[in-house]
Amino acid sequence: MDKSNKSGAEALIHSLHLEGVDLMFGYPGGAALHIYDAIFNQNYVDHILVRHEQGAVHAADGYARATGKPGVALVTSGPGATNAITGLATAYMDSTPIVVISGQVKSNLIGTDSFQETDMIGVSRPIVKHSFLVQRAEDIPDIVKKAFHIATTGRKGPVVIDIPKDFTDPEHKFEFNYPTEVNMRSYNPPEGADTSRIKEAADLIATAKRPVIYSGGGVNQNNASEELTALAKLLNFPVTNTLMGLGAFPGSDPQFMGMLGMHGTYQANMAMHHADLIIAVGARFDDRITNDPNQFALSAKKIHIDVDPASVSKIIHADVPIVGSAKESLTALIEELKSRDLKTNESDISEWNQQITNWRDAHGLNHSLLEMGAQNGKILPQQVIQSLYKETKGEAFVTSDVGQHQMFAAQYYHFDKPRQWINSGGLGTMGFGLPSAMGVQLAYPDSIVSCVTGEGSIQMCIQELSTCLQYGLPIKIINLNNAALGMVKQWQDMQYGGRHSSSTYENSLPDFVALTESYGHVGIKASKFDELESAMKECISLKDKLVFLDVDVDPNEHVYPMLEAGNAMDHMRLSKDEKTW
Amino acid sequence: MKRVIALLMENQPGALSRVVGLFSQRGYNIETLVVAPTNDATLSRLTMSTEGDEKVVEQITKQLDKLIDVVMVTNLSESEFVERELMLIKFTKDSFPENVFDESNIVSKNNKIINVQVVGTSLELDKLISEIDANNPLEIVRSGSLGISSDEKTLTIEN
Repeated sequence: MDKSNKSGAEALIHSLHLEGVDLMFGYPGGAALHIYDAIFNQNYVDHILVRHEQGAVHAADGYARATGKPGVALVTSGPGATNAITGLATAYMDSTPIVVISGQVKSNLIGTDSFQETDMIGVSRPIVKHSFLVQRAEDIPDIVKKAFHIATTGRKGPVVIDIPKDFTDPEHKFEFNYPTEVNMRSYNPPEGADTSRIKEAADLIATAKRPVIYSGGGVNQNNASEELTALAKLLNFPVTNTLMGLGAFPGSDPQFMGMLGMHGTYQANMAMHHADLIIAVGARFDDRITNDPNQFALSAKKIHIDVDPASVSKIIHADVPIVGSAKESLTALIEELKSRDLKTNESDISEWNQQITNWRDAHGLNHSLLEMGAQNGKILPQQVIQSLYKETKGEAFVTSDVGQHQMFAAQYYHFDKPRQWINSGGLGTMGFGLPSAMGVQLAYPDSIVSCVTGEGSIQMCIQELSTCLQYGLPIKIINLNNAALGMVKQWQDMQYGGRHSSSTYENSLPDFVALTESYGHVGIKASKFDELESAMKECISLKDKLVFLDVDVDPNEHVYPMLEAGNAMDHMRLSKDEKTW
Repeated sequence: MKRVIALLMENQPGALSRVVGLFSQRGYNIETLVVAPTNDATLSRLTMSTEGDEKVVEQITKQLDKLIDVVMVTNLSESEFVERELMLIKFTKDSFPENVFDESNIVSKNNKIINVQVVGTSLELDKLISEIDANNPLEIVRSGSLGISSDEKTLTIEN
């Protein structure tokens, strides 16, 4: 233990180092300058200079999602802090472990409306798991320890540390002692397995005839993918994943029904609706899944495994609540099932799986669109995802922004591994894709990191192209360019008589190829179907370059299936003129 | 049905705003809220009452429990408990309802104004307010409900 005297700023950086942080993202400013000077004088923690604080927080978030390790961002007070807010809310909604450190004005100026002063603790309060306002330099090591503990345990989430400038003053030194453990009487998240109801869960599993395993982001967060897959394989039960849960069960496995919910597959939504047992793991029955909760899966018993007691029976009553770690609770469940030498009702299960196959055959997604060539002379956005999948052999990290392209990526790229698919599911933050890809690429410099985006979303954080040049990040940006805010336009087509209010740009889009090149990267354009596959090949093959592949896609394409609001999950629109009811 | 939730939280800056913020953030309807430090100076006790149904109260309790500064939460209305509220009422001397209050209720008195103090359940206080309505009280101040369980259960922590 390094007990030498340190300033608050030095103590902060050294504490980060002792937490295993070797990379942080940030943007300097007055209130953070002592901290930046301390960063300059050490070699433990690399600092990535972003071009906007939103990018710093998304990058830290992307890093955390891809690695499972907490991401760290550093911003200054006032506008630096408020620019970090969207990133914090994004991480909060998707429960990602990040720590955001904000400089604050000097403690004697707090409350005086001083220059670049914002009440960061107040502004961020509803969108953080917890926050700390440092009141003494000497408290910094203890607060950092607590912040990382809180961010990374239980239901994970963002933590803010707001540090008034005087507490990082290089003139004020104190003996540095980093705590070895955290004791908080007010914070004891569930740890390990909850075995209290495992037998009941096993009983329900033994008698189920139409079971579904429905898993969410919690399985990825808790590294429980292996256990989830083992359970599904042991039982031969069909599996569906939420948008946040993709990759937790292999996307190319025949037992996988695809994503469920708003734009879930026909078979996944039908299976949920007709199920007699739903095993929910690390998922929270949000409104994009259940549609009308009063009509949700009425014939199903629900087993709900979640680390957050407040998520259990929040929307949908859990018949068997299991509040604990997904990984360890699933292990306990598997052990219980094995110890019983459990026989599921195999003929019923096989009949049920056949039913799901029939649904898939009737209205499942067409994963061979690429082979069908141009449609009405246009490139379908789905074909671009299929081409990306083909060229990356399904092994790329894929980040996305928000909108139609996000749904197409979720539907058509089969994610076989957890943490491979990185998107803003809960908050739906446009602008998340590129900066989060930076976090992923820095964590995995040798992997292909692709950002699937649209011409709307990419312009929300496009300034980060400059960061990518500075740090040599060879991200592959796949822009599904339909010259419109596609999802907004889709809703306007469906619900507002086709009145495209402020969802198109009237020929004001930039030349993305030229734009990318002016940032020092490579831009490639594909406008015709014949150009798509060779352009994709070139894009992926340029290993050391950031490539922006701008693809003109059919502007009239909608995302289907789509749940019909106010109904049960079996009410879906399947195309512009087909619906299930 | 009126439900009363009590909690202990760290007596430190920001803790109360987290609790109060949670109510508005999650759309919970709170009727009364009382906060004061406990005899353990590091802890504050907060008591709130709400009309929410059982499901809502369960959610409130769970969400409160999730707040890092909250040490312990209990839904007092889950079992038998005592609920009490303090009320102060100001009358002009001329309109003072002598048949309703006795000397022990009076907390201040001068040639114009009489202030009284009443302790009771919030239902009793509601009833009293309608009884004295005709006397046109100048001001009525209520403390909000406090609660304590009737059995050996306590909301305290071992130090």
